[in-house]
Amino acid sequence: MRMKKLIGVLTVAVLSVNLLAGCGAGSVQGAAAGNSVQGTVSTDGSTSMEKVIGALGEAFEQNNGGMSFTYNPTGSGTGIQAVMEGRCDIGLSSRSLKDEEKAQGLTETVLAYDGIAVIVNPENPVTDFDIETIAKIYTGEITDWKDISGSTGEIVLVGREAGSGTRDGFETITGTQDICKYRQELTSTGDVIATVAGNPNAIGYASLASVSDSVKAVPVNGVSPSEETVKDGSYIVQRSFVLVTKSGQQLSDAAQKFFDYCISADAQTIISGAGVVPAN
Amino acid sequence: MKKFSKKNCFEGMVQGIFLLLGLVTVGCVLLVTIYLVIAGIPAIRKIGFIEFLFGRTWESTSAEPSYGILPFILTSIYGTAGAVAIGVPIGFLTAVCLAKTAPKGVRKIVESAVSLLAGIPSVVYGLTGMLVLVPGIRRLFHVPDGASLLAAVIVLAVMILPSIIKVSVTALDAVPKEYEDASLALGATPIETYFRVSVPAARSGIAAAVVLGIGRAVGEAMAVMMVSGNVANMPGLIQSVRFLTTAVASEMSYASGLQRQALFSIALVLFLFIMLINASMNFFLKGRKEE
Repeated sequence: MRMKKLIGVLTVAVLSVNLLAGCGAGSVQGAAAGNSVQGTVSTDGSTSMEKVIGALGEAFEQNNGGMSFTYNPTGSGTGIQAVMEGRCDIGLSSRSLKDEEKAQGLTETVLAYDGIAVIVNPENPVTDFDIETIAKIYTGEITDWKDISGSTGEIVLVGREAGSGTRDGFETITGTQDICKYRQELTSTGDVIATVAGNPNAIGYASLASVSDSVKAVPVNGVSPSEETVKDGSYIVQRSFVLVTKSGQQLSDAAQKFFDYCISADAQTIISGAGVVPAN
Repeated sequence: MKKFSKKNCFEGMVQGIFLLLGLVTVGCVLLVTIYLVIAGIPAIRKIGFIEFLFGRTWESTSAEPSYGILPFILTSIYGTAGAVAIGVPIGFLTAVCLAKTAPKGVRKIVESAVSLLAGIPSVVYGLTGMLVLVPGIRRLFHVPDGASLLAAVIVLAVMILPSIIKVSVTALDAVPKEYEDASLALGATPIETYFRVSVPAARSGIAAAVVLGIGRAVGEAMAVMMVSGNVANMPGLIQSVRFLTTAVASEMSYASGLQRQALFSIALVLFLFIMLINASMNFFLKGRKEE
């Protein structure tokens, strides 16, 4: 009998604590809403930035109850256009703004740098590429390693599938859009690295953060890829991920809060987690 | 009387539940079919039926995209045919051996090995192919890269073995012993008996096994994606190729607009292939019943 009573009391206690906790959460949410930061942040633009902006948006929503975050993957050009026409709060572009775009009243804030490493098999004696050579290799103008390094053998071009952000970035930087003569189109960075690691004549590209010791990241124009060389701009196979806003125009409270969050110190680990080099 | 009707009521209820559960499956099939047709038709209409099915270039993301899936269709057909050409003789003879000639102990060991082979996830086949088979083909044929139709064919051949062996063994086991006894009594050797009497008697079951294998080979995506190179070339044995399944799987994650719709259309074509294969399997199984 006593036991039963005890259980009953305990149950009531647990329940009431739960209730209180529920109340607490409710009141915090209420306060947040009262603080007028409830609202939506709309972003629009680069498909390559999907991973990083998705991670940021998710974390932002989690930290700020009542806020909602939307991302429309349309492409950098469309995103820039959308900001200009006021169809979204923040535009996302995986290239720096052109001067005429800046002249039209847009401001860019670099969020992160996406460094793309050009990788070969560790057995490959090649020590350096210049960017024209890379373009020539990928367009099929140079087909044998003997024209580049000490080794011989037909070059095996490994790349990513159509639509991949890394492929888009690599082809844009090297100026080889739609003319790369791939031998293999793989669907993940891991597959590219494993394939290059398994074939002495292969060359591939992968986002800098995921390159491992099983492949050799080749210096381009004499600069080895690393977080520092990407950040200071000396390693050139890279592009910036930028947030595009209208100059001199106040963002909505919600959008401003998201913008501040993106360039805050807290967000940097999330940005690195998405495989790119944070700019701030 | 009352008790009796209660029982009736219970029976009816249980039967109703069973019927409902049965309809869940039918509902799923209908849902998939209707969705695929609705999602797959628009792109075919936009691109043009002939251009879609018989176009030789697939450049879904270039500035002037072209959506021709003939390379994928041919690759799927060649790949499956190759896998069947290698897998069926091995599987069929293994089945005859297991069902007729093998000692009990051997049969037990081989059968458990076959079951194990059936249980290996396709991504493991793909990984093994990528790390062992692809470099192996490169060295053996002295080609720059081993990721090719040939690698996919070999992986698929191994993957369809378990279904061919299992179904064929069941069919061979089901042949009445009297047939074989009669043949042996007439002076035929055991091998003559197996191939002239048992196998013909089990032929519809064996045919069903082959069709089941074809179905598995056509529908496999993960393993072939890892060994075939995935470039939309017209098929060649040592050429990097893309199958119907991998065409859908590899681009789906980033696709948008017409490209995405076209992927659904590829899925629809694949679905029609599978329907055709299932229909022919039903035909064979029905043949067996009538015998």
